[in-house]
Amino acid sequence: MTFAAGAAHAAEPIKLGVLEDQSGDFALATIGKVHGIQLATDEINAAGGIAGRKLELVIYDTQSDNTRFQEFMRRVLQRDKVDVVFAGFSSASREAYRPIVDQLNGFAFYNNQYEGGVCDAHMMVTGAVPEQQFSTLIPWMMEKFGKRVYTIAADYNFGQISAEWVRNIVKEQGGTMVGEEFIPLGVSQFSSTIQNIQKAKPDILITLLVGAAQSSYYEQAAAANLHVPMGSSVNVGQAYEHKRFKPPSLANMYVTTNWIEEVDDPKSKEFVAKWHAKFPNEPYINQEAENSYLAVYMYKEMVERANGSTKRDDLRAIVAKGDVCVDAPEGKVCMDPKSQHMSHTIYLAKVGDDHSITFPKVWTDIKPYWLGSVGCDLTQKNPNAQYTPSSPPPK
Amino acid sequence: MPNFDAVFGFLYQFGDACAFLVLCASGLAVIFGMMGVINLAHGEFIMCGAYVTVTLAKLGAPLALAILCGALATGAAGIVLERLVIRHLYQRPLDTVVATWGISLIISQGALILLGPSLSDISTPLGSVDIGNLSYSVYRFALMAAAAGLLLALYLLFNLTRFGVLARATIQVPHMAEALGVNTSLIYSLTFGIGAALAGATGGLYAPTMTLVPTMGSQFIMEAFVTVVVGGSDVFLGTAPAGVTLGLVKAAMTTWQGQLAGQIGLLVAVIIVIRILPRGISGLILRERA
Repeated sequence: MTFAAGAAHAAEPIKLGVLEDQSGDFALATIGKVHGIQLATDEINAAGGIAGRKLELVIYDTQSDNTRFQEFMRRVLQRDKVDVVFAGFSSASREAYRPIVDQLNGFAFYNNQYEGGVCDAHMMVTGAVPEQQFSTLIPWMMEKFGKRVYTIAADYNFGQISAEWVRNIVKEQGGTMVGEEFIPLGVSQFSSTIQNIQKAKPDILITLLVGAAQSSYYEQAAAANLHVPMGSSVNVGQAYEHKRFKPPSLANMYVTTNWIEEVDDPKSKEFVAKWHAKFPNEPYINQEAENSYLAVYMYKEMVERANGSTKRDDLRAIVAKGDVCVDAPEGKVCMDPKSQHMSHTIYLAKVGDDHSITFPKVWTDIKPYWLGSVGCDLTQKNPNAQYTPSSPPPK
Repeated sequence: MPNFDAVFGFLYQFGDACAFLVLCASGLAVIFGMMGVINLAHGEFIMCGAYVTVTLAKLGAPLALAILCGALATGAAGIVLERLVIRHLYQRPLDTVVATWGISLIISQGALILLGPSLSDISTPLGSVDIGNLSYSVYRFALMAAAAGLLLALYLLFNLTRFGVLARATIQVPHMAEALGVNTSLIYSLTFGIGAALAGATGGLYAPTMTLVPTMGSQFIMEAFVTVVVGGSDVFLGTAPAGVTLGLVKAAMTTWQGQLAGQIGLLVAVIIVIRILPRGISGLILRERA
C-alpha cells in the first residue's frame, strides 16, 4: 500500500516555473534562456526525468517589466505551486522579485551574469560575476594596452556596482582611472560622451552599457573614428552585438564570458548542433542561454543526490557538501556552498575587424570567491542581502 | 589649441542636441502642435521609418532614397491610420491618448512578432573628420543640415502654398473652412500623413546611427513631446526656438556634468518654461505680435 502511494507520488511531475522576458526591451537576450530551459527539459524527460519524475514547465512572459516579475512570482509560488523557479534578466527585475521569493519561502535560480553580491539562501546563481569576469579581463588588458582606464556604464545598480569593481581592480593593478561616466538607460545619443573619451585619451575603455538604446554608442563611436581597445562583461556574450552591428563598430572589443556560440571545442559544438536542430530560427546562442540550460542539469544533479527530494533545504544540504558539479557545454562547473554562486570557465573573446571571434585566452575553474571571502556563508546564516565592495557584510 | 577644441566641441554638441530635438519633434509638431492629436504612437512612426530605410538600404538602395521611401511609407501608413481611427476622435482629444497608445503597443509588439527582436544595422556613412584634436562623425553634420532643411521646407509648405493655407484654415476653424468649400476630411488626412512622414524621415535619418529594435521609438518620444510642449502650437515659431533653447540647455549641462545632468537639465528647463509660458514659446511670440 505504501509502495503504491509512493509510486503515485513518483509519477507526479516536478514543476519548474520559468519567468523570462519573451517580449519588450530584453527579449533579444532572454528568449534564448527560455529555449535553453526547454532544451534541457526535453533531454531530461526523454531520458526518464529526474528520479523517475518528469519535468513540467510553467512559463510566463514577464515582458521586460519588473511589476510582471512580482505578479508572476507570486502566481507560480502560490497558485501553480512550482518546486523551483528560474527567473530574471536585469538586476532590477531580480531585486523586484527576490523579496517575494524570501517572503513566500520559495526557491529560485537566477541564471544570469550580473554585478554580484547577492547572499540569499533562497537563490542559486548560475551566471558569472565580476570577480570572474573583471579580475581576468582587466589585468590582461592593462598588460597588453596600458594602464589608463576610462569606464562608461549604465546608470543603475548593475553599472554602478560593476564600475566600482573596475575601479578597485585598476587601482590594485597600479593603473589610473582617467574618467568614468554613468549614462541613464534610455540615452541613445553619445556625442558628448565620445568627446569626453577623446579628451581623456585612455588606453582602455571599459563599456558597461546596457539595453538597445545604449548600444547605439558603438556605431556612433566608430563613426567618430574613436578606436580605443574596449573591454566589457556584457557585450557579445549577451546580445551578440558582433552579429547584429555592421563591422567594424565592435572591432577591438574584449569580453570575458563563460560561454558563447563560437567556443570551439567538441562538447560546445555538440550543444550548438542540438540547439539549432530544436530551434532553427534562433539567431544566436548566448551566454545566458547556456547558463539556463546548465541550471536545469544542476537542479537535476541536486535532486538526484537528495534522493528525489525537491525540498529547498534538502537540496541546499547537498550543495553544502561543496561537490555538486555538472558537465556543462563550457566545461565542468560547481556550486559554491557559501555563496550559492557557480564556478566557471572564463573565455576571453576578442572581436576582430570583420567581427569574427577569437579566444586569445581561457581561464578554467574561476571560482566566485568574493562573497565567501568577505563573510557571506549561507551554510551558517542567511542575511537575504546584496553586498558590494563598498558595503560588505558587517563583521 | 585646447580652447578651440572646447568651443568647437560645445558648438557641435549644441548642434547635435538641437538637430535631435528638432527632428524628433517635427512630425509631432504637426500632429500634436497643430492638429491637437496627442499622438503616443509617434515613436512607432519613427521606428517604422527606420525599419523601411534600413531594409531598402540593405537591398542596395542609396541611403537618401531609402530615407525618402521610409518617410513616404510612414506617411502612407499615417493616412491609413487617420482614416481608420484618428478621424473619429478629433472632438475627443483625450481619447486620442488611449487610441494612439494602443496603436503604439500593437505596432511595437507586432514588429517584435513579425520581424524579431532586432534588425541588423547599416553603418553610418560619410566617415569622420578631424577638427582640432578631436574627431567628429561627418554624418552628424548632415543631420544638423537635415534638421534645418526640414524646418525650412515645412515653413514653405505651410506658409507659401495653397495646401498650407487650406490646412491652417481647416485646423483653426473647421466648420467655416468646410462652409467655404474646403474638403476638410482630405486636408486632415493629408496633414496627419505629413506629420507621420516627418516622423518616418526622422527614423530614416537616425537609423544608420542606432540599434534597430521594435521599441526604439521610446528613445525619441520624450524629447519629442518636451520640445513640442515648450514650442507651443506653431510649428515654425515653436519647434525651432524650442529646439535651440533646449539644445543649448542640454549641451551645456551635458558638457558640464555628463549625460544624466543633460537629461535633468532638459526636464527642469521644460518645467520652468511651461510654468512661465503655458502656451509655449510660440504662444509668447504670437501674443506679442498680435
